Amino acid sequence: MSNYIKLIALGLVTLFAMIGTNYARDLAYQVHAIIVMLVAGGLFLYTLRHTGEAKPAGGSPQNEYFDSVVRAGVIATAFWGVVGFLAGTFIAFQLAFPGLNFEWAQGFANFGRLRPLHTSAVIFAFGGNALIATSFYVVQRTSAARLWGGNLAWFVFWGYQLFIVLAATGYLFGGTQSKEYAEPEWHVDLWLTIVWVAYLAVFLGTVIKRKEPHIYVANWFYLAFIVTVAMLHLVNNMTIPVSIWGSKSVIVWSGVQDAMVQWWYGHNAVGFFLTAGFLGMMYYFVPKQAERPVFSYKLSIIHFWALIFLYIWAGPHHLHYTALPDWASTLGMVFSIVLWMPSWGGMINGLMTLSGAWDKLRTDPVIRMMVISIGFYGMSTFEGPMMSIRAVNSLSHYTDWTIGHVHSGALGWNGMITFGALYFLVPVLWKRERLYSLSLVSWHFWLATIGIILYAASMWVTGIMEGLMWREVDANGFLVNSFADTVAAKKPMNIVRGLGGVMFLSGALIMCYNLWMTVRRAPAKEASLTVSVPAE
Amino acid sequence: MEIYTLLREFADSWMLLFLFSFFTLVVIWAFRPGSTAVYEDTASIPFRHVDAPAPDEAEATPAAHKEART
Repeated sequence: MSNYIKLIALGLVTLFAMIGTNYARDLAYQVHAIIVMLVAGGLFLYTLRHTGEAKPAGGSPQNEYFDSVVRAGVIATAFWGVVGFLAGTFIAFQLAFPGLNFEWAQGFANFGRLRPLHTSAVIFAFGGNALIATSFYVVQRTSAARLWGGNLAWFVFWGYQLFIVLAATGYLFGGTQSKEYAEPEWHVDLWLTIVWVAYLAVFLGTVIKRKEPHIYVANWFYLAFIVTVAMLHLVNNMTIPVSIWGSKSVIVWSGVQDAMVQWWYGHNAVGFFLTAGFLGMMYYFVPKQAERPVFSYKLSIIHFWALIFLYIWAGPHHLHYTALPDWASTLGMVFSIVLWMPSWGGMINGLMTLSGAWDKLRTDPVIRMMVISIGFYGMSTFEGPMMSIRAVNSLSHYTDWTIGHVHSGALGWNGMITFGALYFLVPVLWKRERLYSLSLVSWHFWLATIGIILYAASMWVTGIMEGLMWREVDANGFLVNSFADTVAAKKPMNIVRGLGGVMFLSGALIMCYNLWMTVRRAPAKEASLTVSVPAE
Repeated sequence: MEIYTLLREFADSWMLLFLFSFFTLVVIWAFRPGSTAVYEDTASIPFRHVDAPAPDEAEATPAAHKEART
């Protein structure tokens, strides 16, 4: 019966997408209509072929964890990571050598089109897949229950991949609403909303049917991430489409309110997507890899509540010296500085989890990766509040210092903790005794670390130089430098930044090889992936 | 009264008081007597049920029940 409903729905979607392909008002919408048509049509045929088949008896076994979707998430994380790092490295060299904005690819592969592709690929595709995969893994283990909702978890996974493909193709073909980190247009936003509600249902359903009396702290952070991102996404995408056959839409907020909503969204995307969610990872994988419980569970509770109470107010620091009222940007600045406390409390909690096990730093490159990620978390949560101070911001804003800050957080904190989680997960999920090669993990660690240092250092130098050149005036009060002067002066640092990207990318490729060989070659724990049932 | 002024007044007074006292109570709650033992148990959750979910209560042995009344 449910298959008939599915067939009707898929048939209608396919038909609608066909009409959309014909009537599309812009290229991005047309491409999306074709993608949706192919996906929905393919699913229609698949469902049709399997209608009327007897269902395998038993259904989903409640005495096993639902790990196949986590395995898929791990593969997707590694794949999108490489795609995102590659795009980032390429656009870094586009900035150093403008000739790489090829004439034949104008309008599709120039910096302006590829830049949102890079940011979304690393944040939402790499980071998002890492969050979904690890949250599905962690919530099952810490709730001692199988994922709720059966195949709904597969819908979340594949629905999210479809969102990534739609967002990425949209940027290349010019469908963007020009809001940083919220570029996808209305039809893609609607799809993400559906997927996200399903994600919330799976996660919350598992928490509700948990067998452990308490909800482990990692789940609090994951849940805050899911709920807050849903709220941010809805408010920042309150748009009215111009036509149902076109991707263009108009936002209901106007002027400075729109700017404030955008940076309330933007900063909390950092606070809840890139911080709270990844702290959920930290609170599970660091204790697991160190084989000791978290340093202080009380501190983790205070960390959680302080972080979510403070982060939500920090957004206005992106709008110093704008039409935003002074009191609002001062509020954002003060809350950003107060935020330093919970951030460092969390960092100390993560680092001190290793107390009594510091010797593992010498022998285990995976724990080294996690520790340096927490170190970068501490560094960028120190740098951020400092840059939010109005006087500092007047120098740093619009310069590459901001880019350096973002990357020390994203590559250092988010990247390294994700790599650590992947190195932990692959042997467990594919039932291997150990990783294929620890020396390759060390290679990855050093390449990534030196790459980040090259990146951050060159951006500090070039950012502060740029800020000082912009504000330099001569004795008569005239500006000394033109904008092009700063661009020319930045060239060496732009090249160093690109080389940092190359190193980070090659580290990630080494990781992919190592994980692949772990699955292929490392000694297996059991004969097969399925849980073997004893004969007697 | 304009809705902006009303909301602004409310945010500056009662909502601020509510959020601040909620946060203070959370901190005090975390340090309540007896919390250390509870949190030691909670903090060790990641080291249990690593390979398979906990069995259903019906399958579990009666001794596992906290309130085993006969």
